[in-house]
Amino acid sequence: MPAKRRVAQLAMLAFAVAIVMFAYANVGLAIDQKIPAGMLGYGLGLGGLMLVAYLVLAKFAPWADPLILPLVTLINGLGLVMIYRLEEAEAFGASASTQLMWTAVGVVMFTVTLIVLRDHRALQRLTYTSGALGLALLVAPLLPFVGKEINGARIWINLGAFSLQPAEFAKLALIVFFAGYLVAKRDVLALAGRRLLFIDLPRARDLGPILIVWGLSLGVLILQKDLGSSLLIFGTFIAMLYVATQRTSWVLIGILLFIGGAILAGMIFEHVHNRFEVFLNPEDPELFQQVGGSEQLMQGLFSLATGKILGTGLGQGHPEMIPLAISDFIFPATGEELGLTGLMALLMLYALLVERGLRTSLAARDPFSKLLAGGLSFILAWQVFIIVGGVTNLIPLTGLVTPFMSQGGSALLANWILIALLVRASDAARQPPPQAIQDEGMTQVFQR
Amino acid sequence: MNGPLKRVAIACLLMFGLLMFNVNYLQAVKADKLSSDSRNKRNFLARYEVERGRITAGDKVLAESVDTGVNKDFRFERRYPGGKVYAPITGFFAPESERDMERAENGLLSGSSADLMLRRGIDLFSGKKTKGANVDLTIDPEAQQAAYEALSASGKKGALVAIEPKTGAIRAMVSVPSYDPNPLAVPNKDKVNKAYNKLDKDEDKPLLNRAIERTYPPGSTFKVVTLAALLEKDDSLGPESQVDAPQVLDLPNTTHDLPNYAGESCGTGRATLSFALELSCNTPFAKMGMDLGYDTLKDQAEKFGIGGEPLSIPLPVAGSGIGRKEDDAALAMTSIGQRNNQMTPLQMAMVAAGIANNGVVMKPYLVNKIADAEGGEIDSADPTELSEAVSEDTARKLREMMVNVVEKGTAGAAKIPGVSVGGKTGTAENAPGKPPHAWFISFAPAEDPKIAVALIVESGSAGGEATGGHTAAPIAKSVMEAVLRR
Repeated sequence: MPAKRRVAQLAMLAFAVAIVMFAYANVGLAIDQKIPAGMLGYGLGLGGLMLVAYLVLAKFAPWADPLILPLVTLINGLGLVMIYRLEEAEAFGASASTQLMWTAVGVVMFTVTLIVLRDHRALQRLTYTSGALGLALLVAPLLPFVGKEINGARIWINLGAFSLQPAEFAKLALIVFFAGYLVAKRDVLALAGRRLLFIDLPRARDLGPILIVWGLSLGVLILQKDLGSSLLIFGTFIAMLYVATQRTSWVLIGILLFIGGAILAGMIFEHVHNRFEVFLNPEDPELFQQVGGSEQLMQGLFSLATGKILGTGLGQGHPEMIPLAISDFIFPATGEELGLTGLMALLMLYALLVERGLRTSLAARDPFSKLLAGGLSFILAWQVFIIVGGVTNLIPLTGLVTPFMSQGGSALLANWILIALLVRASDAARQPPPQAIQDEGMTQVFQR
Repeated sequence: MNGPLKRVAIACLLMFGLLMFNVNYLQAVKADKLSSDSRNKRNFLARYEVERGRITAGDKVLAESVDTGVNKDFRFERRYPGGKVYAPITGFFAPESERDMERAENGLLSGSSADLMLRRGIDLFSGKKTKGANVDLTIDPEAQQAAYEALSASGKKGALVAIEPKTGAIRAMVSVPSYDPNPLAVPNKDKVNKAYNKLDKDEDKPLLNRAIERTYPPGSTFKVVTLAALLEKDDSLGPESQVDAPQVLDLPNTTHDLPNYAGESCGTGRATLSFALELSCNTPFAKMGMDLGYDTLKDQAEKFGIGGEPLSIPLPVAGSGIGRKEDDAALAMTSIGQRNNQMTPLQMAMVAAGIANNGVVMKPYLVNKIADAEGGEIDSADPTELSEAVSEDTARKLREMMVNVVEKGTAGAAKIPGVSVGGKTGTAENAPGKPPHAWFISFAPAEDPKIAVALIVESGSAGGEATGGHTAAPIAKSVMEAVLRR
């Protein structure tokens, strides 16, 4: 039986906050030769927030996986330090105080979600509402007046004083929808149709859902020029479809549809075609010169190459030379100063977080919980893969935020809610079964 | 559902594995190649982040880094108070490359050399930023200034090298026309490229260090090498020994005859060796060369360092040589410093210095001492023998005859009151129709030489019995005087 491990969790949280504070002091010492003035404020701020999150978690989800919150705290904290560091270097748009504010709002949303949503299975009843909400959020930026275009992608909506990226919230709503829908329809979707070579193909009439999601992703790509979100949504749906039906054929069909969509988009859209060219020949001098060419990617790669194995040290490199280092390119910016060593650790943090989530999914007792936790974990891994793979030129670059690190309120908020859902599912999965029959004569040992 | 979930988990691990593999490839395997890309602006910035060491000549600062403020992008800017006079030696520190001394000692000047490991270690613990090491040159500022002024005053292109015969220390090295290195060291690639291209396209080639990067036919100055070969072969010969000195020399297998300079006669058909050198007769030396043979002449030349391993002082020196083996007519021309005979001014200074130093040629060098920013010595000059060119006896005879050249012969203009000066003029045919180059090699004082000088004035002047004597000798005199005044 799983243990609560509350003390260990608190110690890990304190450790995560301590690492972040050390990093913060490091930046100040390197740049101004003194401990930054705001350090106490930031330290107390982050520490206080995490203490609140911990207390709420202990009260409302006591059985939840103890590793998830410290992992997220550390990643979020390192993101804060990088943004602070970029702000010191006067990188465009960098604001550590804004990011801390959004982190606070994120943690509040995390606690509110945990307090309000006592049983995540309630979401199953909201399957179609979620679907409609997800769709609405995706479409919102296209609406006149509220929608606006920034950096060539129409993925923002105006809400008075600030802008939101609704796609970040849409991904949560869509995962809830996919989970609920697939639980209901998985028996049908798993039915075998014709057999081709070694693979059972699904029946033609069951192709509807996958085609609809494919169309939706293409729509996001075409209308909003948001390659990243399009790939994110489609990939996550395929993974969830596979988990629900156990049919490898769905994955193959998904890959074929993806390739078809990619070729189609590459032929029709200059900017998609351009991304392929840049991917294949990033060092090409002509592409480097071109507006929207490979310069940003190359600056990121130069940044990584400058960092080498140990990095320049926080505050001692020039990550501000990468355009948009605070958002899409925060990973190479971190790599310059923390080096390969730091990036391996960072990727390990993400990998651990994802694997804890998938473990929750494995331990969950009902199909909806399994799909929900699996989908949330997968989308996290998939998003890290798409953006980190993109900025390191492992795959063509498509813009996405690096979860918990990139500057931006919408993504932080949405991801903290994602973690709340995961924690909620984890709490349910790790709880001792309520009607466990007491075996007389056996001693129960409670571990603390 | 657990089966596919486990497979999804494995897929996620694979994705992270791929990311990690790729980051390893970028930051460990490909990092050096990628980070050295010229489009990586960090390399450009990094050049101005360290306080580069100074280049000095004794008390005189030739190159220094000036702190422009802690938070500037380009914190340390390179300045050259030595300017044009020293530019061929110091070179310059450009945004993407460096040249001459800045290049040759770049590792030490920038502080990245392994020799500074200990210093860097100490700085790491004491929290100080490592500074580059200071490089002190062997140059004598007074001699250098005198040489630059005298050579510039001629209004011609040219070069001069002055060596301390006993050590090989280079006391002056001048090339004119020169350039101002300051505009080439500003932290602005466009400006520097523009300034550089302008200098590069200049017909007078101001960026060329004529003292070591160019070779010229040595003309009559080479006669001392031919004479050295003869004296080495037969030690019974001396300054008063008689040799054939015909009015014209018939060059075998050609329709040409070789006259003396301006068709003059040289004695009465026989002349003493000293007299032939004093008047710089062509025929006796051409005949001498033919009699000795190509191999003997080449061996003697090699003993003076000609055609040997390329020198590094530590600036790279162009190779000198007497040309390949041809027929006797060609050998006759080679023996008087023409044909394919090509020498750098530094090489001819080494010939003069070797004769001055009892026949021993010392390896020439420019760096006197290198010390880290705290004054701790890292390296200091260790004079080494390059070769033994001639015996002490031969050297003494050569010195005697070269003193006669100044006392009684073509180089009267090099006389310094109260000091016995040895020298040899040269007037080298360059291209038909163009005025010849004027050469002069010399040393002083003859009894105990403190300085040996070689210089060339391109297309020296037309007319006069020995243009080397008219144009070049007075310049050498002013440099020697500057050194001897010390």
